[in-house]
Amino acid sequence: MYTQGLNAADKAPPAIEDAGRLGAFQARIDAEQKIEPNDWMPEAYRRTLIRQIAQHAHSEIVGMLPEGNWITRAPSLRRKAALLAKVQDEGGHGLYLYAAAETLGVARETLVEQLLSGGAKYSSIFNYPTLTWADIGAIGWLVDGAAIMNQIPLCRCSYGPYARAMIRVCKEESFHQRQGYEIMTVLARGTTAQRAMAQDALDRWWWPCLMMFGPPDGESQHSDASTRWKIKRFSNDELRQKFVDATVPQGHYLGLSFPDPALRFDEATSHWHYGAIDWDEFRAVLRGDGPCNRDRLAARNRAHENGAWVREAALAFAEKRRRKAAA
Amino acid sequence: MATTSIAVVDDRLFAAVLARADDALILGHRLSEWCGHAPMLEEDLALANIALDLIGQARLLYEYAATIENAGHTEDDYAYRRDPHQFRNILLVEQPNGDFAHTIIRQYLYSAFAHAFWQAMTSSADAALAAIAAKSVPESAYHLRHAAEWTIRLGDGTEESHRRAQDALDALFPYTGEMFAIPETETDLIVGGILADPATIRPAWTASLDRILAEAGLAKPQSTWMQSGGRRGRHSEHLGHLLAEMQILPRSYPGAIW
Repeated sequence: MYTQGLNAADKAPPAIEDAGRLGAFQARIDAEQKIEPNDWMPEAYRRTLIRQIAQHAHSEIVGMLPEGNWITRAPSLRRKAALLAKVQDEGGHGLYLYAAAETLGVARETLVEQLLSGGAKYSSIFNYPTLTWADIGAIGWLVDGAAIMNQIPLCRCSYGPYARAMIRVCKEESFHQRQGYEIMTVLARGTTAQRAMAQDALDRWWWPCLMMFGPPDGESQHSDASTRWKIKRFSNDELRQKFVDATVPQGHYLGLSFPDPALRFDEATSHWHYGAIDWDEFRAVLRGDGPCNRDRLAARNRAHENGAWVREAALAFAEKRRRKAAA
Repeated sequence: MATTSIAVVDDRLFAAVLARADDALILGHRLSEWCGHAPMLEEDLALANIALDLIGQARLLYEYAATIENAGHTEDDYAYRRDPHQFRNILLVEQPNGDFAHTIIRQYLYSAFAHAFWQAMTSSADAALAAIAAKSVPESAYHLRHAAEWTIRLGDGTEESHRRAQDALDALFPYTGEMFAIPETETDLIVGGILADPATIRPAWTASLDRILAEAGLAKPQSTWMQSGGRRGRHSEHLGHLLAEMQILPRSYPGAIW
């Protein structure tokens, strides 16, 4: 999902913590109580949340780039306004999530620095290019659809500020998802060229979207603690199956086909069975070797560097005013 | 020769409304180019916000223009199916974003005018324009505040930001004369109380400029030489590139609905 990098093991040595406090903490989690910023929490819980929320925030920020690529080429004024508003929402989610991470005692600047240096992860999906207008529809329909599958359970996450952020984010995401599907509907019912554009987008985005849910359950090293702490409520494979079951009929309704010859409805399980995911591709993209990893990081770094003098000016001005007021 | 362009009627009110719609659309488009690339996340959001307001104003004005023209054209026909010489926006709004200082100064110079213009237009004799003005006033007030605050911050920030802000002001100031020029075709509309008289707007604009530039420590350019041509369809080289990008899909797929 937006936090796939969490599937790598936490390398920090376990902190030595009071067994009584740990027990009381777990009891609160088990009783479905929310943990708030000033509450005591195990170091590993704090670290896991910082990483997860930061990766989520980074994904929102990097995610502005592939869609931003079409704002100036949106084919109607209505689409242009909707896309601009959507990308703006993503920036807002990023801001909101950085603020949630800050409640855990880490500065936004530190997190941004980790993103810019390539040290932090963000969702693999944003390392794929947006080549046609249909990609804007496909991202809304599929990428936001997949994000919602993951984020709805996060609205009940044990950490209060994150759970509350997710409630707001989910509302906006479901609006984006409907918007994306509507774009696909218009294209699928449009001219031959538009239908081909829609099919091509589905062909390119389908497998990367399935990868958004992270590695298969057997390989995910981080799920146990996250499940115990009620940060994670469903496994990667459970969420992936939910997404496939919800999405395949939507694609068929549009008259589109999925790029998976093994895709079939299994009457016995009432689930859509899908073919093997290319995990080599997934690992390559996470490692930095996807089609757009370098472009995305370069774009973020360029914006940061080009904006340095503006941020310095704002600080210098604030300092001048502060001194003037004090004098 | 086959063309995907439209021809529009020659009507004075229609042309005046179209020109203001073009101002808003082209500036909104320019601001939207920043999305995802601003100096800080807060400015990504703010510039997108302003762009959305401007695109919204453009849509209302195009819609009204379509009513006046009564030729079956839509907002998208005006935005996507006119050639550069058919656009009537002032040259200021089509100038490239440049660095953040250029974007801010351009926005400040325009918003200081637009805010006073829309305020005056709330008492237009044309009810439709007065209604669009009433909606635009609070938006332009925010645009003006945002740009003025940044103008002061950049002017009175660091040596570098001061230099960049002054460069931007010197480069863009010659495009401000066009805001106050009255095309011959608009004289009757002003006399009839339909369009605000730019002469009545200039004092507010000048007062804002003098106050903000003084606070920013920026020098008002002394040159009186002014660029113009936008209202007649004589644009800078930049508009053609902007439209080539903006119009690519409707131009490439004539007749397609998006």
